[in-house]
Amino acid sequence: MAEFLSEYLWPLVLLILQVVAIIVALLIAVAYLTYAERKVLAAIQLRRGPNVVGPFGLLQPFADGLKLLTKETIIPTVANKVIFITAPILTFGLSLAAWAVIPVNDGWVMADINVGILYLFAISSLGVYGIIMAGWASNSKYPFLGALRSAAQMVSYEVSIGLVLITVLLCVGSLNLSDIVRAQQGLWFVLPLFPMFVVFFISALAETNRTPFDLPEAEAELVAGFFSEYSSMSFAMFYLAEYANMILMSTLMSILFLGGWLPPLNIAPFTDIPGPIWLGLKVACILFCFIWIRATFPRYRYDQLMRLGWKVFLPFSLFWVVLTAGVLLYAGWLPGQS
Amino acid sequence: MTIQEIAFYIFSSVAIIASLMVVSARNPVHSVLFLIVVFFNAAGLFLLAGAEFLALILLIVYVGAVAVLFLFVVMMMDINFATIRQGFVRYFPFAGLVGLILLAEIIFAITSIPDVGGRATLGGVAHPIPDPQQVSNAHALGRILYTDYFYVFQLAGIVLLVAMIGAIVLTLRERPGSKHQNIGRQSYRSSSDTLQLIQDKPSGQGVHNG
Amino acid sequence: MDVLLKEYLPVVVFLGVAFAISCAAVIASLIAAWQKPDTEKLSSYECGFEPFDDARRPFDVRFYLVSILFIIFDLEVAFLFPWAISLADIGTFGFWSMMLFLAILTIGFIYEWKKGALEWE
Repeated sequence: MAEFLSEYLWPLVLLILQVVAIIVALLIAVAYLTYAERKVLAAIQLRRGPNVVGPFGLLQPFADGLKLLTKETIIPTVANKVIFITAPILTFGLSLAAWAVIPVNDGWVMADINVGILYLFAISSLGVYGIIMAGWASNSKYPFLGALRSAAQMVSYEVSIGLVLITVLLCVGSLNLSDIVRAQQGLWFVLPLFPMFVVFFISALAETNRTPFDLPEAEAELVAGFFSEYSSMSFAMFYLAEYANMILMSTLMSILFLGGWLPPLNIAPFTDIPGPIWLGLKVACILFCFIWIRATFPRYRYDQLMRLGWKVFLPFSLFWVVLTAGVLLYAGWLPGQS
Repeated sequence: MTIQEIAFYIFSSVAIIASLMVVSARNPVHSVLFLIVVFFNAAGLFLLAGAEFLALILLIVYVGAVAVLFLFVVMMMDINFATIRQGFVRYFPFAGLVGLILLAEIIFAITSIPDVGGRATLGGVAHPIPDPQQVSNAHALGRILYTDYFYVFQLAGIVLLVAMIGAIVLTLRERPGSKHQNIGRQSYRSSSDTLQLIQDKPSGQGVHNG
Repeated sequence: MDVLLKEYLPVVVFLGVAFAISCAAVIASLIAAWQKPDTEKLSSYECGFEPFDDARRPFDVRFYLVSILFIIFDLEVAFLFPWAISLADIGTFGFWSMMLFLAILTIGFIYEWKKGALEWE
């Protein structure tokens, strides 16, 4: 019994505590991202933003969370109840689960699996289920149309995200996320692969349903899109998942193109700052751009959105895959090439 | 029993139960969702066998793409559940035949592998399975798939091409009178072709063209 | 335990904790909030009138076409993953083998472009 305790139970308890710590940190980050978004939007529009709850309104996200928690959960009579309840849980659970493979520093990663990038790709392709399930289970017109649009939009941009990942992998020669960062020791991939960085950034906006691609919840025509019928905590789940996905996409972008935890220059004052802080700074910069774009750009039209995904990004990123592979192969720069 | 064995029995039993639910569920949407559960457990089994790459590709392709299409079809098409039930008895012999053929093929495939621990021969090329500790799955696959299995690989490309053309031929309907945006034409429009400046006369004299 | 599987234990635990937390949040709200449903509150949302009929209806076939094309390109990407990381080992032949594969698929892509399958109306 004692052997069982020491060999299986304690490591497991320790592991669960670590996981909980990461998730709690992530949830706090999500809460403050909603706060930051409101503050930045306010600043851009010459307003003050939340400033009542706590100093500078810093407790606003918690007040919002508490309010949503104490609201009544409404399940429409015509809805398919099991799927209706499962959809937000699935969406939120997936947005957290992706963090299992994210490295925040050299060796600081929960699960250092060989196929980390595929795991993230798989998780992001599962994200479409929460939306389709929510839209269908609500059995109401606006959520249904919103879910259809959203699903078609997400799958369209997933293809170009996949191709962008290929161009990065060509420069790395491994599917492990830590290896991807280590391969950028000398040169961040954003420089040689800058067009792919732009494609990835725009696709990430479309994948997380952010402005200017927030057609699934185009409030002027679809009320609130696929989560029109949701209230209380199940609404909050979708909302939090959207922000958690934004952070995830920004982190992925930092890992793929901006050197993850690596400092910009490998010299004294930069190397003294620990890796996770560098990663956090890069993620914060990208998130600022997400919010900035929301404040600046009008919404795309749906046919323009599909055209951009299929007729511009897909051929362009495919061309870059071929170009990158050709250049690396014939110049002898492939990782591990002798 | 080791943890792997426990995990194996959990994955396989859940997979079997869920696949029974796929065929017995009343609502086709529930059937598809159970199918997704089956895929997940199959991915778990792949993982237990050390095939991590295949496990995740199964999730990406089958759960992330194929099941989305299934879900689209059963959710959004106006399917009358009663008529589907009626068809069950009628199609049963045919479905049974397809099942038998598949079973026979699986048995044939398993028995034709000469040495389970060693190599599988397809197209006459034999490869020892590399140690997963040293060579990752994806590397091992990449080293042989595109070169040693060149023809099979190109065949896969042609199958995908046929699928693409087939999908377009079957589903594309030209809708008469629909308007498209031609971005190229829009961008190349110059103001000199379309804009006309008209000198306005004092009131009471009207506007004259040109 | 197998080294490879050991790496996946945290993933399993992470999935478990993530879904436990999201279930707990929904249940906590059910307990904490005062539930007082009535028929009007539980009817589907519609802009000020009763919904006419069931919301699930057949829709444009284009959505199916998009998802079929997505499957095909997703498979293409799946084929590219092992190729991208082992290109150094398989060299020029591997490169041109993939180029032929991509060329075959590009024929299909040009076909669908010309046919107008990518137009959205």
